Amino acid sequence: MAYIKCEELTLGYDGKAVTKHINFEVNKGDYLCIVGENGAGKSTLMKTLLGLQKPIEGEIVHGDGIKPYEIGYLPQQTVVQKDFPASVYEIVLSGNLAKCGFRPFYGKEEKKIAKENMKKMDIWDLRKKCYRNLSGGQQQRVLLARALCATTNILLLDEPVSGLDPKVTAEFYQLICDLNQSGVTIIMVSHDIYAATKYASHILHVGRKQLFFGKTSDYLGSEAYKLFGHGGDDDE
Amino acid sequence: MMSNIEKLRFYLQFPFVRYALIVGVLIALCSSLLGVTLVLKRYSFIGDGLSHVAFGAIAIATVMNIADKTIFTMPITIIAAVLLLRTGQNAKIKGDAAIAMLSVGSLAIGYMIMNVFSTSANISGDVCSTLFGSTSILTLSQSEVWLCVTMSFIVIALFIIYYNRIFAVTFDENFSKATGVKADRYNLLIAIMIAVIIVLGMNLVGSLLISALIIFPALSAMRMIQNFKGVVICSAIISVCCALAGMFVSILFSTPVGSTIVVADMIVFFICSVIGSLKR
Repeated sequence: MAYIKCEELTLGYDGKAVTKHINFEVNKGDYLCIVGENGAGKSTLMKTLLGLQKPIEGEIVHGDGIKPYEIGYLPQQTVVQKDFPASVYEIVLSGNLAKCGFRPFYGKEEKKIAKENMKKMDIWDLRKKCYRNLSGGQQQRVLLARALCATTNILLLDEPVSGLDPKVTAEFYQLICDLNQSGVTIIMVSHDIYAATKYASHILHVGRKQLFFGKTSDYLGSEAYKLFGHGGDDDE
Repeated sequence: MMSNIEKLRFYLQFPFVRYALIVGVLIALCSSLLGVTLVLKRYSFIGDGLSHVAFGAIAIATVMNIADKTIFTMPITIIAAVLLLRTGQNAKIKGDAAIAMLSVGSLAIGYMIMNVFSTSANISGDVCSTLFGSTSILTLSQSEVWLCVTMSFIVIALFIIYYNRIFAVTFDENFSKATGVKADRYNLLIAIMIAVIIVLGMNLVGSLLISALIIFPALSAMRMIQNFKGVVICSAIISVCCALAGMFVSILFSTPVGSTIVVADMIVFFICSVIGSLKR
């Protein structure tokens, strides 16, 4: 049984379909990259997977012990966060909120998880620093640590490297790759087709409809890959 | 200097002055707690809109000769808060425009009702004191004082209990929703608490100036402090000190209470801005 299985999804908002016939599944240990042009419905698909909106048609089935709320999420930065006075520790700890249930405050267990994840992301020394004063790469690590507090199984990343410089980008991809090898399933929405084909095990290419889903090695020979301006930079 | 202290001591003998001080401090505390969330969620304008709605409601209460205006005004303002929050998310008229409409609309209706139906001899005085709060804090009845105190404690308790959730929802609503936190419910809670504070605060500073009471302490604290808990605590301290200072000054020099407090808040804001820029 797959972690997440999507059957004949039609996605959109206000009842208007953006993309149709989406069929794919994510299994334990997969590294799935969702690629496609702007406006192809990548973000909509992301929101639907997270349960923030409902699909117009079709069904998402969660299996293999994954509950809909056990998905860690690394969102795109919002305007609000750019100038938010919060320390790294406060933000990472907030990823544990769902674990608290009806308790109003965090217990020892939650604090321990937060600490472990901060150490894992190498931001423990920054824990008292203010989020808004960090560099882009450090901010992403903070959000990643928070997402890891919420889940140990599956992570959704929405354009995680936009705005990062090449060196930090490469480091970040490596970090994700390491996480994947340690058993965390990854779903990433990306513009970066080169990184996608380099790191991901599976590719989902969406347009007005689903253009490709399958193993990365198969994708490289597919029509959809050629369509994406393979070999040239004309897609940028 | 000595005479000023004696003057204060003289005024403090009166129970209504002591009531005013207690209520003023509590209102300042509540408004500053939620102010941080409001500013960070970009909801400041909701506070402003709601205060105008509350003005309209008070106008109606005055005309209908309702003795306990707060009890009439509070539900109306809460309903307006809930409606504003709903329309902010999905409506044809986008959030800020809807709020602008609602706020000027209720201002106009409030003033019209007061002018046409009021039996009072001093209409502009009534309007002025509703808008700028001049003396109403000194004329609170005992039941209004108790209502104020109870509501303030409820708001403070709710804020402390839901502190972690309010933080999570303020920082990242989508993440909270995705991890199963009922973000909409907490947004509603925040909106209702704001409505309550605005209605209470109108006694202190009036409906036009209540936004200042909510926003200034939060902004001042955000200049200097770099973590959320610190900002909340600092803004509470700033707000209470400014409210006390403002009330004492207004007693001593007979300036209007509301605007004196707001001026104190502004002065602190500039001091904090300077300190903040020096620290960087």
